[in-house]
Amino acid sequence: MEDVKKLEEFQAKIDAEIKIEPKDWMPEDYRKHLQRQISQHAHSEVIGMQPEGNWISRAPSLRAKVVLLAKIQDEAGHGQYLYAAAETLGKSRDEYIEELQTEKAKYSSIFNYPTLSWADMGAVGWLVDGAAIVNQVSLQRTSYGPYSRAMVRICKEESFHQRQGYEIIAHMAQGTPEQKEMAQDALNRFWWPSLMMFGPHDSDSPNMGNGVKWKIKRETNDELRQKFIDKTVQQAEVIGLTIPDPDLKWNEEKGHYDFGEIDWDEFWNVVKGNGPCNKQRLQHHIKAHEDGKWVREAANAYAQKQKNKQLVA
Amino acid sequence: MTKEEALFNYCLRLGDSSLILGQRMSEWCSNGPIIEEDIALTNIALDLIGQARTMLTYAGQLEGKGRTEDDFAYKRNEREFYNTLLSERPNGHFGDTTIRNFLHSAYYYHLFKVLSNSKDEMIAAHSVKSLKEVTYHLRHSAEWVVRLGDGTEESHQKVQKSFNDLWEYTGDLFEMNKVDELLIKEGIAVDLNDVKKEWLKTINEVLDRATLSKPEDAYMHSGRLNAIHSEYLGHLLAEMQFLPRAYPDAKW
Ligand SMILES: [Fe+2]
Ligand SMILES: [Fe+2]
Ligand SMILES: [Fe+2]
Repeated sequence: MEDVKKLEEFQAKIDAEIKIEPKDWMPEDYRKHLQRQISQHAHSEVIGMQPEGNWISRAPSLRAKVVLLAKIQDEAGHGQYLYAAAETLGKSRDEYIEELQTEKAKYSSIFNYPTLSWADMGAVGWLVDGAAIVNQVSLQRTSYGPYSRAMVRICKEESFHQRQGYEIIAHMAQGTPEQKEMAQDALNRFWWPSLMMFGPHDSDSPNMGNGVKWKIKRETNDELRQKFIDKTVQQAEVIGLTIPDPDLKWNEEKGHYDFGEIDWDEFWNVVKGNGPCNKQRLQHHIKAHEDGKWVREAANAYAQKQKNKQLVA
Repeated sequence: MTKEEALFNYCLRLGDSSLILGQRMSEWCSNGPIIEEDIALTNIALDLIGQARTMLTYAGQLEGKGRTEDDFAYKRNEREFYNTLLSERPNGHFGDTTIRNFLHSAYYYHLFKVLSNSKDEMIAAHSVKSLKEVTYHLRHSAEWVVRLGDGTEESHQKVQKSFNDLWEYTGDLFEMNKVDELLIKEGIAVDLNDVKKEWLKTINEVLDRATLSKPEDAYMHSGRLNAIHSEYLGHLLAEMQFLPRAYPDAKW
């Protein structure tokens, strides 16, 4: 059969590390897998603007305000490239946004946690962007060309965000007793949810099979999580903060940190929509979208009028 | 009043207007009608806060008491702010924000154009740099005024109302007092009546393209020169100043 031959050619390309491009033939499942993954990533960038946006108006110095604003703006830009990459798979940004708003598509659960103090701006940059980088560095080698190129561009900015976040929390950890308390509290609240960002254990991750074979995903959830932990533990020690895991211990033999069990009930609860901010985040997105409807309509109407004028002229 | 005292006040006017408008613009983050516009609006916020930092830092140097940009932004009360009344108006809907930005950036555009030749080097340099930014702000907001004005029936009506509502805060932009008088003599400041003429040309030209009409000149509010504000400013400051006020010993 034709499809079998096409599929073989496709797999041969993947095995030879040749990127798949939008015009190339691809199995329908590959397309669907990528549509889901890239749009979910795009939605995460956009929804992720909210917990950090929560502190722009209260940033404690003008410099801090500018840095935070610019950071969130980068995230909006990431959303933009990722929607563009997802659109190359034959679905429009509007359709993807519709899926988000009707809860057919997900976004990273980490953004369903609230940001409760200025230290959270540190914790989010340090841990959330830090975890995102581990995942995204790996995705630079993903097999789909537009996604891989978007990741290369995004990774540079993410490592900048991670350093800025670390700078905020490090500064607070060395500040007044109240600041230090806020810093530790932020780490306590964001540590476990950051580990959950990598997803379930490999043994509980049903969609992985093809993702790995097709080189969409280059490393497994558990491998990526371990990398993140290994690089982050010392960063906490350096600034005198304690990682809230009594089981965390260096394992000389493995050359990795051992760590305690993740609360998977919490994870699934948040995924299912019961996190502290799920409803708020989605309602916020829908409200902005609906409030902007008349603006988008006006812009379209104006563009149409200009087009008609040109046709007449 | 010495020249330094007058110039100090002049810097606060410029710095405060940029700061308050920048704070307002930053409220748009994650609330824009499309991502591209979210980015554009926060870009404007970034430029404005950058302008504020330069002017407030300079004010601190002129005053010579060691106050920093953050001391000015975070440790003053309503009655010590000299921003334009227009800059503190709430964002409202996208049309309200568009009109407020258009009126304000057209003001800044014509103001910085002439202040680029100020005899005070800092004011001149600040104006040259800011002019580049506000040229973009003006173009961006004017394009939206035209799109909304000449878009749909709904957008036309909405934005015409925004214009009518905000017009009464534009008189305040051009008021002058002894500070201006002294600085104009020194070749540092400019006559705002001249700025107003150019500003009006821009407003009329864009309104015309947007098929909007200019409201009748009725009562104009004033306050900027005497640091008299609307009630909105106090709430904006309470939010903005929260951390440095709550933790006076902390450095961030
Ligand atoms: Fe990002
Ligand atoms: Fe990301
Ligand atoms: Fe980021």
